[in-house]
Amino acid sequence: MSQELKKIASQVRRDIVRMVHAVNSGHPGGSLGCTEYFTALYFEIMNIHPEKWNMDGVGEDLFFLSNGHISPVWYSVLSRRGYFPVSELSTFRKLNSRLQGHPTTHEGLPGVRVASGSLGQGMSVAIGAAQAKKLNGDSSIVYTLHGDGELQEGQIWEAAMYAAHHKVDNIISTVDVNGQQIDGPTEKVMSLGDLNAKWTAFGWTVMHMEGNDMDAVVAGLNAAKALTGKGKPVMILMTTSMGKGVDFMEGTHKWHGVAPNDAELEKALSQLEQTLGDY
Amino acid sequence: MLDFQISGSNDTRSGFGEGLLEAGRKNPKVVGLCADLIGSLKMDAFMKEFPDRFFQVGIAEANMMGVAAGMTVGGYIPFTGTFANFSTGRVYDQIRQSIAYSHKNVKICASHAGLTLGEDGATHQILEDIGMMAMLPGMTVINPCDFHQTKAATLAIADHHGPVYLRFGRPKVPMFTAPDQKFEIGKAWHIHGGKDVTIIATGHLVWKAIEAAKTLEAEGTSVDLINIHTIKPLDIEAIVRSAMKTGKVVTAEEHQINGGLGSLVAQCLAQHHPTKMAFVGVNDSFGESGTPDQLMEKYGLGTKDIIKAVKSLL
Repeated sequence: MSQELKKIASQVRRDIVRMVHAVNSGHPGGSLGCTEYFTALYFEIMNIHPEKWNMDGVGEDLFFLSNGHISPVWYSVLSRRGYFPVSELSTFRKLNSRLQGHPTTHEGLPGVRVASGSLGQGMSVAIGAAQAKKLNGDSSIVYTLHGDGELQEGQIWEAAMYAAHHKVDNIISTVDVNGQQIDGPTEKVMSLGDLNAKWTAFGWTVMHMEGNDMDAVVAGLNAAKALTGKGKPVMILMTTSMGKGVDFMEGTHKWHGVAPNDAELEKALSQLEQTLGDY
Repeated sequence: MLDFQISGSNDTRSGFGEGLLEAGRKNPKVVGLCADLIGSLKMDAFMKEFPDRFFQVGIAEANMMGVAAGMTVGGYIPFTGTFANFSTGRVYDQIRQSIAYSHKNVKICASHAGLTLGEDGATHQILEDIGMMAMLPGMTVINPCDFHQTKAATLAIADHHGPVYLRFGRPKVPMFTAPDQKFEIGKAWHIHGGKDVTIIATGHLVWKAIEAAKTLEAEGTSVDLINIHTIKPLDIEAIVRSAMKTGKVVTAEEHQINGGLGSLVAQCLAQHHPTKMAFVGVNDSFGESGTPDQLMEKYGLGTKDIIKAVKSLL
């Protein structure tokens, strides 16, 4: 299974760099860093029904992307998983597209349940959806992803307190700990401190996961699932490298929101095997 | 007909509380959220009858808006409760992205709007909320005038799919609308027919407008009186029909003139039937501490101010 997932991830990375190159805008860095996470979640971990897509999603697991700027990786994975045609990836960030720069429900794109982009809001929304599942007697799980820089938003900590207080134990939140944000390393811009201690103190069960190792991601997400239903929300601190998979983009904030030029695209694609066919 | 039977007085927030309880009984999908103001918002009865469908959020309004948006995913109809200031200005971006742009079926229920919040002063007296909410695409904005109309509006928005801002207040005010009224979102209430001047009022200013109309009628001025309870979508037809009849329009609201009912009526008339207008509202200033009556007088929101505005057009 892991080999299959790695093949998908390689194609997803090709989609990401091709999408942002085509419109000379978008966010490749965080997208590349979270490719294993998205691939594992949608192709292995979540119980989902893309063919029966509906907003309420009763009886299936839900995913909320809070750091909406890494839309390229999400769009690629959603299309490769069958939520909408892969050919639609070519409309990313263009006029009249359902694939807006930041994800939205406004244009009716299957797979998206709330708009995100203005940071810090997705955890609250996911918690509400998780509580709705409890009210519906639905034992499915709600997943969320956040950037580490996003933890600088105050609303995240309001949500953290609320989830623990209300024992929202059917949510698995993941923070992409890549240590980078637009203006530089998080430690220079606004130190995040001891995230393990902070989330533990807020009443969450905290796990660590190596986010660019597919086997570790699958094992980590399965371990997190086993921690649900025990009275506490679950937090995965996922270490990744921004720009992972393209050597000259890796480990720097410089590719947070910059698209490759023609030569850079060619160089990037030469490092990423085409496994499922380009869109 | 301006000869209303007043059936006592009560606060509009109590109308919300009763409406929410009844909406909860009618529809098991109705849920309540409150940011540490259960008593002020009169949400106690709902909380007691439906403890599993009520969520205390604490003093964290941004999170409340997000949680409410999320609860709609799964089919619930969340009613959020806090003061109008914390329901709008404090959480504008949360409402904009997670509720309005995402078209979530959230009912933002806001008490203590305007100057009549009283002694707490300007930090809590929001006078810009109607404008902020009306600017959001797809947002319905409602500002009922008394206990019964607020209760009816609360029931009506539970049956309406889409985001709604419901604005009400703190003080006890006369009850003069029918207890069994049917509330039609977007449909103005034509209170009294007249030919010389139109008064268009919303919220707490409706009763003051009725009193002003009584005085004006006694003095020989015929008043066409309209209650706009739904500020968005605005009942353009009712406004234009009246303006065509009288040629003079006064608006009255407990809100900034800038961006409120007056601005929206002016925009409507500029487009469809340019008409001489005068505006009763707060004129580009913050409020202050005081009793509701003192504040309404000092800031020009009294019955005599409506009469004065009418006379400025005659």
